[in-house]
Amino acid sequence: MAKYVGYKRPKDTKKTMKRLLSYLAGHKLSMLAVTVLVIISSMANIMGTYLLKPVINDYIVPRDVPGLLRMVLLMGLVYLAGALATYGYNQIMVRTSQRIVGEIRQDLFNHTQKLPLSYFDTNTHGELMSRFTNDVDTISEALNNSFTLLIQSFIVVTGTITMLIVLSFRLSLIVIAFLLLMLLFIRHNGKKSKKYFQDQQKYLGSVNSFIEEMVGGQKVEKVFNHEDQDFEEFCRRNELLRDASTKALTHSGMMVPVIVALSYFNYAVSACVGGLFTLAGLMDLGSLASYLVYVRQSAMPMNQFTQQVNFLLSALSGAERIFDMMDVTPEIDDGTVTLCPVMYGEDNTLTECREHTGSFAWKKPLEDGTCQLIPLKGDVRFSDVVFGYTPERKILNDISLYAKPGQKIAFVGSTGAGKTTIINLINRFYEIDSGLITYDGIDIREIKKDDLRRSLSMVIQDTHLFTGTIADNIRYGRLDATDEEVKNAAKLANADSFIRRLSQGYRTMLHSDGDNLSQGQRQLLAIARAAVSRPPVLILDEATSSIDTRTERLIEKGMDRLMQNRTVFVIAHRLSTVRNSKAIMVLEKGEIIERGDHDDLLTLKGRYYQLYTGQYELE
Amino acid sequence: MIQRFLKYLDQYRKYTVLAIFCIVAETMFELIIPLIMADIVDVGVASGNKAYILQKGVLMVFCALISLILGAGSAKFAAICGQGLGAEIRKAEYRKLQSFSFANTDHFSTSSLVTRLTSDVTTIQNSVSTGMRPAFRAPVMMLTSLIFSFMINWKLALVFLVAAPTLGFLLFEIVLHVRPLYGKMQTAIDLVNRIVRENLTAVRVVKSYVRGDYEIEKFTEVNDNLRTASEKAFRIAVLNMPAMQFVMYATILCILWLGGNLIFAGSMQVGELTGFLSYVLQVLNSLMMISNVFLMLTRSMASGKRILEVLDEKIEITEDKVRDLSVERGDITFDHVYFKYNPDAEEYVLSDISLKIKGGQTVGIIGGTGSAKSTLVQLIPRLYDISEGRLLIDGKPVDEYPLRHLRDAVAMVLQKNTLFSGTVRDNLRWGKEDATQEEIEEACRAACVDEFIDRLDHGYDTELGQGGVNVSGGQKQRLCIARALLKKPKVLILDDSTSAVDTATEAKIREGLLRSMPDATKIIIAQRITSVLHADQIVILQDGRINAVGTHESLLSSNPIYQEIYQSQQEGADL
Repeated sequence: MAKYVGYKRPKDTKKTMKRLLSYLAGHKLSMLAVTVLVIISSMANIMGTYLLKPVINDYIVPRDVPGLLRMVLLMGLVYLAGALATYGYNQIMVRTSQRIVGEIRQDLFNHTQKLPLSYFDTNTHGELMSRFTNDVDTISEALNNSFTLLIQSFIVVTGTITMLIVLSFRLSLIVIAFLLLMLLFIRHNGKKSKKYFQDQQKYLGSVNSFIEEMVGGQKVEKVFNHEDQDFEEFCRRNELLRDASTKALTHSGMMVPVIVALSYFNYAVSACVGGLFTLAGLMDLGSLASYLVYVRQSAMPMNQFTQQVNFLLSALSGAERIFDMMDVTPEIDDGTVTLCPVMYGEDNTLTECREHTGSFAWKKPLEDGTCQLIPLKGDVRFSDVVFGYTPERKILNDISLYAKPGQKIAFVGSTGAGKTTIINLINRFYEIDSGLITYDGIDIREIKKDDLRRSLSMVIQDTHLFTGTIADNIRYGRLDATDEEVKNAAKLANADSFIRRLSQGYRTMLHSDGDNLSQGQRQLLAIARAAVSRPPVLILDEATSSIDTRTERLIEKGMDRLMQNRTVFVIAHRLSTVRNSKAIMVLEKGEIIERGDHDDLLTLKGRYYQLYTGQYELE
Repeated sequence: MIQRFLKYLDQYRKYTVLAIFCIVAETMFELIIPLIMADIVDVGVASGNKAYILQKGVLMVFCALISLILGAGSAKFAAICGQGLGAEIRKAEYRKLQSFSFANTDHFSTSSLVTRLTSDVTTIQNSVSTGMRPAFRAPVMMLTSLIFSFMINWKLALVFLVAAPTLGFLLFEIVLHVRPLYGKMQTAIDLVNRIVRENLTAVRVVKSYVRGDYEIEKFTEVNDNLRTASEKAFRIAVLNMPAMQFVMYATILCILWLGGNLIFAGSMQVGELTGFLSYVLQVLNSLMMISNVFLMLTRSMASGKRILEVLDEKIEITEDKVRDLSVERGDITFDHVYFKYNPDAEEYVLSDISLKIKGGQTVGIIGGTGSAKSTLVQLIPRLYDISEGRLLIDGKPVDEYPLRHLRDAVAMVLQKNTLFSGTVRDNLRWGKEDATQEEIEEACRAACVDEFIDRLDHGYDTELGQGGVNVSGGQKQRLCIARALLKKPKVLILDDSTSAVDTATEAKIREGLLRSMPDATKIIIAQRITSVLHADQIVILQDGRINAVGTHESLLSSNPIYQEIYQSQQEGADL
């Protein structure tokens, strides 16, 4: 039942990098401060090392005690500045990076809210959850450490190269050649290990999704003694992950020794060529000695940089997965008609108002810039609607029906006939392929999705509860409902009596989808939730299937009150629930095969008659 | 704690040893190579000996090659160890998780368990993979440098006796403060995970009530919480760097000043001071590496603690009374059974249940919403253990049967049933792993799955999606029944598992059940009287107690509750 909407973007490292950097750009001031402080800190470090020699040569050797003291104090100041700068940039960087990571997570979540249902149908939850934690984590690690180290390495490399060029231009060519060689190697090897890092994040997601699904289905696993098979599957995924991450770390870990070895080669070649130069009189011994010191120094930052590469690579793979999800096309929502509260004037004219009046109207912008107000009544019409979750297979064919305000329309039919699907089209969970659905005369595609859904209240087959109190869960239907209203809704749904028997009444906390409540009780809560939201159209999809018939009778009055003056769509196989409907649609294989009220349909002696009388045959 | 985790490295011992060897050897080479470098300048260049320079150059390249091989080896072996350790821990945790009873799972919550098996393990495995190198390299470096510096001038080297403890103290303080913060950070991740998970499972509710903004608000709160928690933790952790620099710089200055004075006093040579300083830098650098390792270790410890909590969780349902028994007939006896989910709860959920079911009988259970019908049947395969009384199968207490066998013999279709991502066939095979196509088809016929299987896109190979989103509610229930039938159980329990199936189909399924498993004990929880009408006995539950037991006729004539239920369904013609 899923239409795949997302598309796979070709993996482009540069693009990912750019996008990641655009998050940094949002914190320009902090990043600037970090850069400045890193420069100060590295300069202090270099200067400190650089000063050592003159201190020894100019003060210690000539035994200049006050001079030495002065220099030591001067160096102390430089060092102090360096240490303070280090403190500063570390603190700022951590703060900024955690903000950025928070922003990324938030953006991802915000985007998730906009995604169409089909996306959730085709992706396992644990896999998506993994992006919020494991993938975001990789970015956090990289930002915390690598960014500043990269700047630092860059500064030191440029500094040393400049010194090398100053000391001996010709010899520096060797060093530059080796540095280029190192960069080429890092690039080449990085590409390879990045693939493994991608695999690592992918398999981590797969392990995550498996655990999530299996913990959720633990009862079934136990009932079927399926532990060993699941363990096997877990091990399979676990192995894939181990394999990928071992490869990723081996490859990226290999870079450091290679770079170190290259820098030794570099030193050896420089020393030999330099030695020959000296012998040939092209260079004096002192310059060669200090030149070689710098050659040695140039290796350090390269080394440091390489050590960060694996953080960076895994961050890039994580970021890729995150951006992939952010790039999934959101639900189409280009409607312009909105819902607004209205007041009726004395002559029955509508005027828009700010306060909550209980009456609503559709606000339709006209071409001349003014708005037309259409009172919200709950008139829903389908004409020739065709729909399939996949293009190849049509679930609904040429469905036409109408529900006038205040009417109760029921759908009956065998399982899989398309009842739930019809309902999912009214609130645009899915988009129709052809035909037209209108709501108070407006094409529902012209209505802004949020406003459309706000005007409908839905109780679906599977009840989902959230972590929070019972009252919070009922209030989910209307966030500003008072305690009194919550209680009344619970009474209407006959949930009040069991709630009051719970240890903390309405303030009882529910955990992990309300597992401590029975299915029937959960359904009662879902009905109360719908009752508190009081919209003009109510959709009940098997809303009472787990409630026993006696309790159902007890809530019947409440339900009647709830349905009063509302357009109601009901799906139920319990015909008692649908019998008093204005119109009953009998669905079969995606088509309406019979329609009419209860008596009409009985006289028709068709499918409904069969369903209705099925019991007598059995007796 | 560390020891407990080292146990998981056992089968990677060879690689651990190799990794350590490579790291130490590589470090040795790194100490030797600078000596060769020095020779090139001091001897070769100074004496103008071309051959010597080339010879040493070649030697150096050779050494570098060996160190390259060692380095590559250390990277590979460390990766194998770290990732292997991670994989083993995950495996152990998952195994433990499978033995959890529901009280255990509730104790942690699903989202936290997921974090504990992934993100927490990642922290540990990565700190092994990337931490091994500095952890073994730094001490070697430090030790050799220390020895050299003591050899040069032991008096000056005494500065270390001040510097090292100072650094140690600072580090200790940092670790002490950061440790609880890392724990808090992981808890904050749990919360983020929870909100994400709830939004994924309840996406239809969120969308239909247009609560996107409200959920975003909720998420913002936990996200900010996580941000603050990690910010706090990392901010203390990075104090490591400036603290280190502070001590390092102070040491250099002290050595310069004291060394200068020693030279003035004539007890030290200038050259010695230069050499000494370079060793000082080495020592302090290795200290820096060690402190980084400590921080990683601290973070791992916080995660490790959470992992151990999972591994050490006391399992509620145990097999310590198990004997070698097997279910033969499927007689079930409840003898004054009491049950409550939480031992601290005041009231029992089930009280004084006494019931005798003979093998092969069909028993119907009927009762109001929340009357503990599901709880009652879940005691039979020991999804929960009874609190008091006795629960016997074939005259033996259920806890004497091996769990595996017990649950093989008792098939249960749960009310809130779960299908898993995978194909229809994959899901059906849960019942019997090696089921043939005939067996599958037979079970599907009995459960009326055959009616719609052809209408699915790819028949038995249709992908179901997580939780079976790709089939309707009634289809899901029928698949779950077929899955249970494939087990060919001695006892079959249907917990309101035909609620979304129409009456005619339900009747067909009932016939199918009788046909395909005439000897099995069948316990059926239902809302509809028609579902239990033909049962050998019907149990009426009310508020966790048995109100009456009897046949349809006897209850209809004597039991007011039954009469009322019957009436309510007669009117609705819903029987």
